[in-house]
Amino acid sequence: MSGLQEFFHMGGYATYVWSSYAIALVVLIANVLAPVLQRRKLLSQLARRQRRERRKP
Amino acid sequence: MLRFFHQLGSPKHFYRIAGRWIPWVAALCGLLMLYGLYQGMVVAPTDYQQGDSYRIMFIHVPSAWMSLFVYVVMAGAGAIGLIWHMKLAEVIAISSAPIGASFTFLALVTGAIWGKPMWGAWWVWDARLTAELILLFLYLGVMALYGAIEDKRTAARATAILAIVGVVNIPIIHYSVEWWNTLHQGPTVTKFDAPSIDLRMLIPLLVMAVAFKLYYLLVVLMRARVEVLERERNAQWVNELVEKS
Repeated sequence: MSGLQEFFHMGGYATYVWSSYAIALVVLIANVLAPVLQRRKLLSQLARRQRRERRKP
Repeated sequence: MLRFFHQLGSPKHFYRIAGRWIPWVAALCGLLMLYGLYQGMVVAPTDYQQGDSYRIMFIHVPSAWMSLFVYVVMAGAGAIGLIWHMKLAEVIAISSAPIGASFTFLALVTGAIWGKPMWGAWWVWDARLTAELILLFLYLGVMALYGAIEDKRTAARATAILAIVGVVNIPIIHYSVEWWNTLHQGPTVTKFDAPSIDLRMLIPLLVMAVAFKLYYLLVVLMRARVEVLERERNAQWVNELVEKS
């Protein structure tokens, strides 16, 4: 087997090793993404509120 | 220095300072993670007993360590908020809960995936595993309790008490492998004599542990910023901030 193939093969434990890493990757990315999206949502919500209050006489 | 901490206690300054730190922490965390993974996945030798399956360790062990570390930070921050009514401590405590829950989830899931080829079972009702599962429920309980109470300051007080009571679980998890006969292997890194692990495995493990700590710092700052914004939505500085954006 070539080096790269061997690397992905993980001595026969490929399914276990790579599924662990895939799950970890998903969880870690989701945790970073969640506050980014929340912040964006909150800011646009506050901006809308500000515009509404401006319009009031 | 004292002024710095005083400023950090004010939500407005925290929001600004955290915003400035986030990109640096993210960069450092990313670099360390890449370096640790390269060392762990490519450079570190195959284990003579476990083959390459042991490479799950590089995420499993840092996740498990962090699941305990984050809990202690959460309960500590909760206690500070409870005693000194420091708003920012409340924010840090509640922002830590989902991150700690994520680490606990990762420790459990990667442990199960590692357990299957090594022990022949995804799950056993063993002391260490069961205590870690209870930790997950504690985190989820903290999050649910916080979400269930309308007033954020009351919610923060209630969750702080729950978090502090739950601290009893932390030494149980830590010492479970010594107190009970368990399938889970004992500590190989923190033993008083030389750690019984190859240096080429130990170094990536420690690098990943530091990277996970930075990751926690990164996400807790990001979450705390949103939480501060949410709580201070009627403050003048938030109005000015929204106006600028």
